[in-house]
Formats: sequence, structure tokens, C-alpha cells
Amino acid sequence: MISLAGRDILHSWGKFVLTGVGLGLLIGATLTMAGVYRGMVDDARVLLTNSGADIWVVQKDTQGPYAESSSIRDDVYRGLLGMPGVAQAANVTYLTMQVRHGARESRTMVVGFEQGQPGEPGYLVAGRRLLRGHFEAIADVKTGFKLGERIRIRRHDYEVVGLTRRMVSSGGDPMVFIPLKDAQEAQFLKDNDAIIADRARTEANPALNRPGVPGLLDAVTASQTINHSVNAVLVKVGAGDTAANVAQEIRRWKHVQAYTREQMEEILIEKLVATSAKQIGMFLAILTVVSAAIVAFIIYTMTLGKIREIAVLKLIGTRNRTIAGMILQQALGLGLIGFIVGKISATLWAPAFPKYVLLETADAMRALAIVMVVCALASTLAIRAALKVDPATAIGG
Amino acid sequence: MKFSFDRRTTLIAAAVVLVATLVLFVARSGPLASMRVTVAPAARADLAPLLFGIGVVEARRSYLVGPTTAGRVRHVAVDVGEVVKAGQLLSEMDPVDLDQRLAATSAAARRAKNAVDTAAAQLADSVARREVAAANARRYEELGRKGFVSSSVTEGKTQEMNSASAQFAAAEAALAGARQDLARLDAERAGAQQQRSNLRLLAPADGLVTARDAEPGSTVVAGQAVVRLVAADSLWLKMRLDQNRSAGLQVGLPAEIVLRSRPGQALPGKVARIEMLGDSVTEERIAQVAFDTPPKDVSIGEMSEITLRPPGVKQALAVPGAALRLHGGKTGVWRLAAGKPGFVAVKTGTSGADGRVQILDGLKEGDVVIVYSEGELTADSRIKVVSTLTGS
Repeated sequence: MISLAGRDILHSWGKFVLTGVGLGLLIGATLTMAGVYRGMVDDARVLLTNSGADIWVVQKDTQGPYAESSSIRDDVYRGLLGMPGVAQAANVTYLTMQVRHGARESRTMVVGFEQGQPGEPGYLVAGRRLLRGHFEAIADVKTGFKLGERIRIRRHDYEVVGLTRRMVSSGGDPMVFIPLKDAQEAQFLKDNDAIIADRARTEANPALNRPGVPGLLDAVTASQTINHSVNAVLVKVGAGDTAANVAQEIRRWKHVQAYTREQMEEILIEKLVATSAKQIGMFLAILTVVSAAIVAFIIYTMTLGKIREIAVLKLIGTRNRTIAGMILQQALGLGLIGFIVGKISATLWAPAFPKYVLLETADAMRALAIVMVVCALASTLAIRAALKVDPATAIGG
Repeated sequence: MKFSFDRRTTLIAAAVVLVATLVLFVARSGPLASMRVTVAPAARADLAPLLFGIGVVEARRSYLVGPTTAGRVRHVAVDVGEVVKAGQLLSEMDPVDLDQRLAATSAAARRAKNAVDTAAAQLADSVARREVAAANARRYEELGRKGFVSSSVTEGKTQEMNSASAQFAAAEAALAGARQDLARLDAERAGAQQQRSNLRLLAPADGLVTARDAEPGSTVVAGQAVVRLVAADSLWLKMRLDQNRSAGLQVGLPAEIVLRSRPGQALPGKVARIEMLGDSVTEERIAQVAFDTPPKDVSIGEMSEITLRPPGVKQALAVPGAALRLHGGKTGVWRLAAGKPGFVAVKTGTSGADGRVQILDGLKEGDVVIVYSEGELTADSRIKVVSTLTGS
């Protein structure tokens, strides 16, 4: 038995391949959109994984430190360390800011961490860990910084000594890690004009600048410039304790809020990225429907273009099954080429996206199934049209 | 139907290439892809650790010069930036009525001196009277014995002699009293003079005026500074070091001081003192670092970065610090054995300035460990060893 579909494709293979490639690019766009969605969710997850914590301790009645702002005293961790089940506890600060790199600026999340504690980047791709307690930084490669370059954050320059990868905020901004004390200063330090204006204000206040009490003004001014706050304490639970139990104890006795990994993930994914994820999801759904419609129309018009040949086939007594088989095979072939081209193109252009695009194999498999089903469904339309053709059309009747 | 064999082969070849590309991409970028890592052997190396801290330029000796009692500033003789010598007049307080009181005590003292003179004269007078009375008494006693005068006359003369003696004693006592009075008033005058000179604020040592906190006419309380001085040759740096990175800090360590005003220049210095009291709030230790040769034009309060180099270890087994990972609550490294990574907990020692960390326990020389990786490693990570992860 000869393959009618194969013969027909060979007959006009250029057209077939071009259609397949065009379809592939469309499928590629859809796959990418799914990847963008997955990437957003993965950004949130990877943020939690990279912090290396089991419990996030934040200001009472807040959902910090990522979804809301949170501020707690930097000595809270000492109390936490004394609690049963707590193996490690470390202060951490997060500050989103524009970091200047040469002529351009990039949005980054500046993380203040304590060396050797949760919050430190778990792995590097180049350079070394911090050795000095001040003015050194580890940057994500996405920031574009190279080893030895200097980053200016507020008043100080930081030397990039290490590079890491896939360290992003929930919004996908790459991270820059600096020592906690510097980060505390950077987060709460005002500019010089504001500091001087504040001093003048304090000086003008008769309650704080009393003539008979020398030194009072200096003491008040000094107390205004120190900061002992951090955004969160990251806690690691010891072996043999569950995070939920330890978090419960912390909430009960320490008058702070404590979230476990599951709760934090819920906050990030259900609340923080929910709206943008839904936005992308909506767009993805529309794109899928549009792609399906386009596939259907392409196959339908391709069949209509061959209506004369089909009439000839009918005239020479070809069975309906054979004709239907030919159209279905062509449709499925087109779908397969489209899928392969789509998958390759999506893989090719995904790294060029500014934010992370995660192409999951499960998504690809799902896409393959959808493409095949849509192609099969679309071919039924074309098959109906082909079977209804009057053989007389072949001889111009 | 005409049909070209070549075209068919081409199409099949194209399809094969397409599928092969897909397979390649899936294998390289999906979950099946292997993680790229770089490796390094555990090797012997000399480790030179460093300690890093932030310093602020301070004066070792600074002086706040002010009055000991509340008062009004009469005049300030020096201004900021002036170099002063020990004992030089810096400022003077308003004496109010102290000058008048001094004049009064001086006058009283002079009067007391007169009183002493008077008493001395009276004493001399009483001496003369006593001598005359004694002579008379002797003569009348003689005459009385011979019976020329009555005994009542003799007794009268004896009484006169005794009176004169008593007057002499009284005059002597009056003179001593007047002298003591004079001493008292002299002391009072000296005290007033002292108080007067205490209002003159003098430089306690050679130094440089750094602040002029009160102007003539303003009132200051006891202990409040009118003028501040520093000993300009005593500048050093108060260095703060993170407690968890201060091991090996000791007096005499050589220091490299980089002042914020001249970032390209490292000035040599030494740790001069380590404070017994640390800062429990900021969790820092405090040490004082002295310049070998104090630079010119350095300002007090200037920030600086100080690097200390404690003695290192020779030929220690070390791995790059980036190889150390936290896994399952333990610090260790991923050792590569037969192409598969395995986690080994290690005990670490000194860290060198180049980022290498001494391994005290857990690794043998020549063990290959994973240094950089594209992601978190697990025991069943598929890995691919490359020479570098960046720049490709």
C-alpha cells in the first residue's frame, strides 16, 4: 500500500514545511508563555529555598519580609537561639534598590546576611565567599557584575568577590549579598542633608537641648543615628523537631510572627505573585485557544486547496477511509513538526528573556497532547469537507 | 506520478536532524540535563589570614577646658585651629564681685598688720612699765625692811609690780592674737586670689584647639567645656571588628590603614591596644591602632578600613572556601569519587586571604572536591565537570 499522505507532502513539501515552521513558532510562543508563568512561581520557590530557612520570624501581624515590610530588633535572634528545637537563627535584611552598573541601572534586591548562617548563598559559580566583615559583595550573574567590579550602595563601594546564580527575589530581581551590618546601615541610613536637618531640628527643640544639661544634645543626636533593626530572622530547626511545632512555640512566647516553609510558600505564591500569575495564565489560555483555531484553519484551508485532487481520487474510486487517513496523517504530521520546532525555538530564546523562563517537560508533554488532539479535531472539519466533494468537480463539472 | 528519490532522502534527513535537535535540547536544558560544576583538589598551601575592621580617627588625649563653677564667659582668647602651649590662657570667666572681695580681704589684712604693730608697741610699753614697777618694788622693800616706810606702802609697790607683770602678759597675748588674725586674713586673701586665678582657664597641655563651644557673654555650668583641645600628635584609630571574625587579634599586629580620604593609599600601622570591653550590642571587639608615622591633614572622625594580618599556617591542607556547603545541618564539601558527588562533613581551620580554607579533618590530600556549581547539589545530581562556569 502506498502512503497517500507521504506522496502528497512530497508533492508540495516546501509549502508543508513552511506551514509547519510557522505553526511551530506559534506553539513556541505558547510554550514560552507557559514557561514565563512557571518561571514566576519558580522564582518565588527558589527564593525560599535559597534562604535555607525552615522558619521565617517577622514582625508581629505582618506577612513579611517578602510580601509586606517587616522590622524587628536585631537581638531577637538571641532569644530564639535559646528556644528548644532551634538549631540556627540569623538576622537578614532585604532591600530592593536600583544598582548602577556603568551607564545603566538594574533593579536588584540587596540582601544583608551573616556569614556561615542561613541566608548566605548556598553555592557560587565563581570567586570566593566573603572574608571581610564589610564592603564585600556576592552578586548574581544576572546583575551583570564581574569579579573585582565595584558596586555602589548608598554611601559605600562594595567589591564583588563572588558570583552566584539563580538567586532572585520573588519578583525575579537578581540579588546582591552584602554583610548584615553594612546592609542595616544602607537600609536605614539617610542622606547627609537629611541627617544635618535632623540635627538642627533636635537642636532647636528646647526639651532636648537644655542649657543646664551639657551632653544631653549629643546623646540624643547619637541615639537618632543608630539602627538595630532587621527585616526577619531565619531559623533552622534541629533534627527531631518539626518546623510547625517550633514556629508555634515562637509565635506563642516571643510575640513575633513565625511562618513555616509551607506558609511562606502560600504567602508568596497565593498572595504575592497571584495577580500577575493569573494575568499570564489568562493570556496563556487565550493564546492556546488562538493557536488551536489557527491550526484548525490551516489544515482546513490546506485541504480545500487540494479539493480538485481529492475529487480525482474519488473519481478513480479511492475509498473514503484512505482519503480521511491521508488528511489526518497530514494534520498530525504538521502538528508534530510544529511541536518540535516550537519546543526548539522556545528552548533557544528562553535564556534571552530578562526574567527566568522555566520550560517544564510535563508542560511540553501536555502541549504535545493538546497539539495532537487539536490537529485531529481540526482534521475532522477538513475530512467532512473532503468527503462531501462531488467527484464531478474533478472534470470541471 | 514523478517522484524524486533525492527529495525523499533530503526530507527524511531533515526530519532526523529535527528530532535529533529536539533530543539534544531536551537533554541539555530540561530536568535530565546534567549540572555543570568545577572541581579542585585538596592541596597543601600556605594560608595567610586577614582581619578586617572599620576604624575612626580619634585623639588619644583630648581635653575639655571649662570652669569649675557656673559663671559667665568674659573672654575667649583662642580660636579653633590654634596651637597652644601648656599654661597658655585660653579663656577667662567673669569674676563678678571677686575683685572687690579680694580688695576687701587685702585691706583687712593690712589692717591686721597694723593691729600687730599696735600690739607690739603695747607690749614694749608694758615691758617698760614692768621694769619700773619691779625697780620701785625692790627699792621700797629695802626701805620697808629698814623701817623708813610703812608696810602698806611696800605692799602697794609690790602690787604695782604684779599688775605690770600681768599687763605684760596681756600685751603678749594681744600680740599673738593680732599675728594670728593677720595670718587668717592673709590666707583669706590668698584664697580669694586663688579663686580669681581659677577663673582664668589655662591649657593643661600642648595641643590644638578643636572647638570653641562658648562665646563671651554666654553662661556655662560647672564642667561644661568652653574650649576643647586635642594633643595633635596622639592621633590613632579606634577599630571595630566583628566578634566572629576577630580570632588572632593581638597587640603589635601590623595593620594596613586605608583612609576614606585617600582610598588608593595604604598607611602602615600597628595594633596599639586591645580593649577589654567589647560592644555587646553590635557584637564587635574594639582595638586601637596607631599609625607608624601619623599622616598630615588627617581629620578626627574620619573613617578608615583597617586590614590586619595575623600569622598564618604553613603547608596546611586546604580547599577553596566556595567548596564549603551547608548540607543537612553540617558544614562539608562535595567530594567527587568515581564521577559521583558525595557529601563529606569537614572540620575547618584558618581561612586565608585568598579564600582558601584549612581542612583539619574529613579530607585527604588529593581528594577532588566540587568548588562551583550551577545549583544546589544532591547525592544523585548528574554533574559535568568544566573548567569555568562564567565567561562561556
